Amino acid sequence: MRSTQLPPFQRVFDEHSGAVLSFLRGAVGPADAEDCFQETMLSALRAYPRLVDGSNLRGWLFTIARRKVIDARRALARRPTPVADPDPGAAPGDQAIIDEGLWDDVRRLPVKQRRAVVLRFAGDRSYPEIAEAMSTTQDSARQSVHEGLKKLRRDRA
Amino acid sequence: MTADTATVDEALASRFVERAEAGGLLDVAVTTMDSPIGTLLLMATRRGLVRIAFESENRDDVLAEVATQLSPRILEAPRRLDPVRRELDSYFNGDLRDFDLDLDWSLVGPFAQRVLRRTARIPYGSVASYGDVAHEIGSPRAARAVGNALGSNPIPVVVPCHRVVRTGGNIGGYGGGLPRKRWLLDLETG
Repeated sequence: MRSTQLPPFQRVFDEHSGAVLSFLRGAVGPADAEDCFQETMLSALRAYPRLVDGSNLRGWLFTIARRKVIDARRALARRPTPVADPDPGAAPGDQAIIDEGLWDDVRRLPVKQRRAVVLRFAGDRSYPEIAEAMSTTQDSARQSVHEGLKKLRRDRA
Repeated sequence: MTADTATVDEALASRFVERAEAGGLLDVAVTTMDSPIGTLLLMATRRGLVRIAFESENRDDVLAEVATQLSPRILEAPRRLDPVRRELDSYFNGDLRDFDLDLDWSLVGPFAQRVLRRTARIPYGSVASYGDVAHEIGSPRAARAVGNALGSNPIPVVVPCHRVVRTGGNIGGYGGGLPRKRWLLDLETG
């Protein structure tokens, strides 16, 4: 028995895919984000009809996305050389350069701050959700976001 | 820094749909098309065309109903419906008289299926009465039930319930509204 009616998956995609993609860009970088995005949405679609509780579809998608991030990081660790150069075919506008620079700075944050900042701003998660995702307290989650932002401001000043 | 949400561009979204289709995860494909009787919502499973809705029906309601009755794995995927759109276009142009499309009857109960399959054999340009159809399916006294089955036809136009009319010149009812029924009958009698 489902507690809520599952909407057509297209609606889940329309409402949450942008936030998922933002989260993944922050978590694995723009180069790997699209692959991670495809894997996340396909896994979600595969599991969707069996989902029992459809009351927090965004939270459910982010749980899947976080698992894909772990997979992607493992794969990255096995790569002989890190991919540093942006795609030479891409011609980003100013906005894209600013954003990519920002995410690079985010990726250089200490791991706790990085996860907290990404969950908060790319994932649009509440502090209780961040605390749960990081297995910590809300105060500590708040503290990590605060420290992360402070460091980003310093780095980008 | 604001909580920005990335835009999933069309290329990324359509790659997802392609991979969903290739992986057998696209249970119901949806698209819309313009027609002389208004925008049509088209839906197909892997078995075939399962639903056509006129714009008089609420799109969200139709999608929710199909999500419950068939599967919530519903995505906008125009490609699967290309053949349907092509045939409907030439039908509305007056170039096509008989549809040659795979149909999925999953949304139709057994009695209604008998009614609709019989209705699908009424030739282009001619009409039958509710009583005729009731008689043909071996339930001569079920004219009213036939009317109900036709009224809930999930695949109108392609399953031509508009060709069933009342005896005595009255064209009877139509799920999509009488002006649409009139338009279709006029098209077919040219």
